[in-house]
Amino acid sequence: MTTQEPPAPNADWLMVRRNAVNVICLTAAGLCALVALGALSLVLGYLVLNGFKALHLSTLVLGQMPQGEPGGGLRDGIVGTLMLLAVAAVIGIPFGILGGVFQIESKGKFAWTVRFFTDVLNSIPSIVIGLFVYTLVVLPIAAAHPGDGYSALAGGIALGVIMVPTVMRTTEEILRLVPSSLREASLGLGATQWRTMFSVILPAARTGILTGVMLAMARVAGETAPLLFTAFGSNMFSVKLDKPIDALPIDIYNDATSPYNYLHAQALAGAIILISMILLMSLITRYALGNKVLEQK
Amino acid sequence: MPLHHVTPQSVPIVGATVLRPTFVVENLNFYYGSNIALKNVNISVATKQVTALIGPSGCGKSTFLRTLNRMNDLIDGSRVEGKVLLDGTDIYARNVDVVHLRKRVGMVFQKPNPFPMSIYDNISYGPRIHGVTKSSVLNEIVERTLQGAALWNEVKDNLKKSAFSLSGGQQQRLCIARVLAVEPDVILMDEPCSALDPNSTFRIEQLIADLSEKYTIVIVTHNMQQAARVSQYTGFFMMGSLREFGTTGKMFTKPDDKETEAYVSGRFG
Repeated sequence: MTTQEPPAPNADWLMVRRNAVNVICLTAAGLCALVALGALSLVLGYLVLNGFKALHLSTLVLGQMPQGEPGGGLRDGIVGTLMLLAVAAVIGIPFGILGGVFQIESKGKFAWTVRFFTDVLNSIPSIVIGLFVYTLVVLPIAAAHPGDGYSALAGGIALGVIMVPTVMRTTEEILRLVPSSLREASLGLGATQWRTMFSVILPAARTGILTGVMLAMARVAGETAPLLFTAFGSNMFSVKLDKPIDALPIDIYNDATSPYNYLHAQALAGAIILISMILLMSLITRYALGNKVLEQK
Repeated sequence: MPLHHVTPQSVPIVGATVLRPTFVVENLNFYYGSNIALKNVNISVATKQVTALIGPSGCGKSTFLRTLNRMNDLIDGSRVEGKVLLDGTDIYARNVDVVHLRKRVGMVFQKPNPFPMSIYDNISYGPRIHGVTKSSVLNEIVERTLQGAALWNEVKDNLKKSAFSLSGGQQQRLCIARVLAVEPDVILMDEPCSALDPNSTFRIEQLIADLSEKYTIVIVTHNMQQAARVSQYTGFFMMGSLREFGTTGKMFTKPDDKETEAYVSGRFG
């Protein structure tokens, strides 16, 4: 049996110092997390406390009244946001996912370049995207059909363009996480690259991709600036793609900056509705696609 | 302990002539970028026999196995020189259909890698991508291959279960059944039992013996006793070259090469 050497003279102090640093760092991290959570809770709390009293069934089903006349609701904005999200999804989801697939299959300098420009596109302010769609879609239509121009379609296109780089990036990251053993198994059986991607890899990654899509949808659902000169907003109920359309963020903006208290409360109610809509969409799609997580022992 | 001294050698000692080979490999050199991983490999793989490839870690035996079905093509910067003839045709020639090659030459990997699908879908994946659509035919294929992989009795009651609900040994047999479903001529096995317990290993070794009646099998293994148990021919790789190739009996009792003898008697590896 060997005899133990006595511990070094300053070993105790070293231990104390290490533990102290550990506790300090953990506490600091915890406090930062609390601050973040606190800020979020404050926002949600303020919204709920002050906006709840304006949230009636009538808010959901009634259209706008002239300013100053009480009553009325956010129905036009809700329908408008849903329409815009639908158009945005039709553009953003296919291009985004296929773009991500392309990114992961391509190699070398070209892939790096595409990734760089995707990141640039991701950071362009949404109002600039709105301006882009205004110039490319709204103005030509207005020139050809005087009186037209602003449309739900243009608004949806703007939101879709904002969605594409976000979905592309998250799809690429998620696909990268699928173990290469799955790919090898499929290719080893004599499958082509595209067959492997669509029958094995994309299905395996679908939960992650869905999360990315939902995040992108949540982001664009709240965009107001690009809608100001594409969808433009409206006082009337509309489900037409070729006419201006109302949207919840626009309603919130208009109501919050109006001189009437009841409209301020309605703005907060609008915010609650927007958040709830996104939450609901997220829950429904997650439930519909099942809860299969990437499993690999 | 003295460092093990390796005598350099360029031509492998071939102690057996393979009469009707499925694969004939001529002067194969393989590069990862600028690093040479396989040097001047010449070997024949006997039809409907089991050929084992042994050697210390990093000697290139897995790399060599993967050249037989061009799985190394997936690696950026890999380069092949020389010929790999499958039934007389070089698989690295210009117009070779790699997809068809991989149907003929199937592979079972070290770690079982079933798809995240049901047992039934795992097996029917292969036939489906090669054009089989009728469910009666698929049902027959699933049953036949699961029987062939000695897994049918354990899973026949619920083929819709996820493949991940099976144990490691069962998953590996599922992967074997999956390969059988595309009706290959050759089955390549890259250390198929190294991630499994001894019981599963035993069952799979029995399976290999049964399968070799209908399929040509090449198995890479770091377990020498396993090579001695299952194979008829053995090739010994070291540092990227094939040092000796011969019948298993001879290789393990009276090999010609000194390094082979040192390895099989456990003096290094």
